[in-house]
Amino acid sequence: MTAAVLSLGLLALVIAAGLAWAGRRFKPDDDPIVEQIDQLLPQTQCAQCGYPGCRPYAQAIASGEAEINQCPPGGQSTVDALAGLLNVDPIPLDTDRGEPGSPSVAIIDEDRCIGCTLCIQACPVDAILGASRYMHTVISDECTGCELCIAPCPVDCISLVERPVRWTWPRPIQQAMTDR
Amino acid sequence: MSELLPGDQLHSFPGGLKLRHHKQVSCQQPMARSSLPDHLYLPLVQHQGPPGKLLVSPGESVLKGQPLTTAEDDSQVPIHAPTSGTILAVDQLHPVSWPPGSRAACVVLAPDGDDRQASFEPLADTRPDAVVDHLNRLGLAGLGGAVFPTAAKLRGDWPGLHTVIINGAECEPWISCDEMLMRERTEAIISGGVILARTVGASQVVIALEDRMGTVEAKFARCLREQPPALPVKLRQVTTIYPEGGERQLIQVLTGREVPHQGLPQDLGVVCHNVATAAAVHDAVIEGKPLIERVVTVTGPGIAQPRNFIAALGTPIAHLVAQAGGYTGPITRLVLGGPMSGLALASDEIPVAKGTICILALTEDVLSRRQSEMPCINCGECVRVCPASLLPQQIFRHLAADNLAAAERLNLSACIECGCCAQVCPSHIPLVEHYRHGKHQLIVRQLDQRRAALARRRHEAREQRLVRERAERQARRAERKKRLSEPEQARDEIQAALERARRKQKP
Ligand code: SF4
Ligand code: SF4
Ligand code: SF4
Repeated sequence: MTAAVLSLGLLALVIAAGLAWAGRRFKPDDDPIVEQIDQLLPQTQCAQCGYPGCRPYAQAIASGEAEINQCPPGGQSTVDALAGLLNVDPIPLDTDRGEPGSPSVAIIDEDRCIGCTLCIQACPVDAILGASRYMHTVISDECTGCELCIAPCPVDCISLVERPVRWTWPRPIQQAMTDR
Repeated sequence: MSELLPGDQLHSFPGGLKLRHHKQVSCQQPMARSSLPDHLYLPLVQHQGPPGKLLVSPGESVLKGQPLTTAEDDSQVPIHAPTSGTILAVDQLHPVSWPPGSRAACVVLAPDGDDRQASFEPLADTRPDAVVDHLNRLGLAGLGGAVFPTAAKLRGDWPGLHTVIINGAECEPWISCDEMLMRERTEAIISGGVILARTVGASQVVIALEDRMGTVEAKFARCLREQPPALPVKLRQVTTIYPEGGERQLIQVLTGREVPHQGLPQDLGVVCHNVATAAAVHDAVIEGKPLIERVVTVTGPGIAQPRNFIAALGTPIAHLVAQAGGYTGPITRLVLGGPMSGLALASDEIPVAKGTICILALTEDVLSRRQSEMPCINCGECVRVCPASLLPQQIFRHLAADNLAAAERLNLSACIECGCCAQVCPSHIPLVEHYRHGKHQLIVRQLDQRRAALARRRHEAREQRLVRERAERQARRAERKKRLSEPEQARDEIQAALERARRKQKP
């Protein structure tokens, strides 16, 4: 009897220790819901939502600290997608934080750039190349158009241009609706 | 029993339509060489993919066959001067055929009439990589209309590849450029097919023709008899059912197996090239001639004397139409390609490019078939004819409701845009246009997702870098503090600093 209690107790201990170890060893890197929310955000990393990047905003949404309508680059479609994911009613986009615009990309007027490196420090995705006192340039494929580099530039040589959009086949006009 | 090789037995594909083929219209007259226009307009992009880097500038004179752009990888395809002359400009806004109604950069070349030729170097090296590089350098892209870079299609290691299919099954009514080419360049097509097969390590070539092509088969048979090629070359006639010239449909006819929706022909051990591509491969490898011209069918009820032309790339369509006797009257629609899956052209200033297989001029009567659209009545006709075994009406329903994800679950991307469903739809729904719209939206969405994933990775990498840098800075500061806290050490340090400062002041 005692032997049975002991051996079972021991077994329980071993399992508990094992679980505790596994819990620490295989701790899920991140909350899966944060991950899912982050997947829906546009990854512009512009901080217009009031958080220093998309992932912190995702965490804030997951913890109930932030509303789902704070991301201007994502626009209403992101709000709707978040509402769908979290099973809540969609709310209108909070346009006080910014208007959803068309995707853009920064360009540096390389003749005016003084090589101060301030924009490099501001870029959230390391899309600006350059060294101290040398002209800088933007890797346009990697620029998210977040605008964070514009304000720090002391000579105002960075501007945003619209990212050239791919031509897509237009939606056919529904004739039946218009003809009758 | 050993497995049957493609072409040993003929099969069929689902759906499809028997169409009036109207090919004889443009086959009455032999193929003619188009005269050179005053100006050639060479689009920098004539293939699926990004342009190569421009090599020439205005004022420069060029020789026939001289490269005008250069490619950095297989996704780019260079263009070459079709004749000698002077580069006048690079017109950034010349009308082009793709995207529909758009303008794009074209090199404008004024021919000098001398047709002075750069030296063409045949390729002696037969190693696959050398051949593929050579074909890319000489500007080859699929000439069946899709203009996929030939090098990109050939590159790669496909261990089980056994058959190269040379597609001579013209895909649409009215178009006869492939048939004419097969009549006149039979040997070159066989030779190109063998080169392609050697390059990908295939053991046989199957040349597929339509059963309505009359003398073409006899011509091939004679050539094969008189000059037996180095590899087995089979000749197969397939029934003319639209779209049997579609790559996936033809493969199904020849192998009895369906290329998986998400897969490639290579998965079935076959690869398919158009007959005109095969002839161009022969020209490139055996003669060292870059891709600078192609056969174009100019036909339709709106053309006075329909025929096929060998046209220098860059020749304005209007120049070809004029040589075909001009228009018969007012044209309601100018189409690039065939009536089923062709693209409407905005103007006849558009130049011939590598993908220009056919110019079809339509007049009133053909067009009046188009009637106003009605709601879907679920008749299922579209399902019956779809050669890709899709459910066109359901895909349409999802797209109309803006539900891309549901449309993609029904394999929207596998639609080959053949137009069969729209052709038979009793409600005249422009189904294919909905699919094209939907497919493009899918592509845009995928690109957005890829860009977002990249931004996310880069942002995370940056965060990690900042954390690391902060830690390093702190470690350095701690180190320095520790050293200065020992008086002995501090004195030395200060001494050294003063020394450094003094040295700096001295010139
Ligand atoms: S507002 Fe900017 S940083 Fe915030 S979630 Fe949207 S894109 Fe990301
Ligand atoms: S256009 Fe697409 S959906 Fe319609 S029949 Fe052809 S493959 Fe099927
Ligand atoms: S053919 Fe037209 S009407 Fe019939 S099911 Fe298909 S889409 Fe609907």
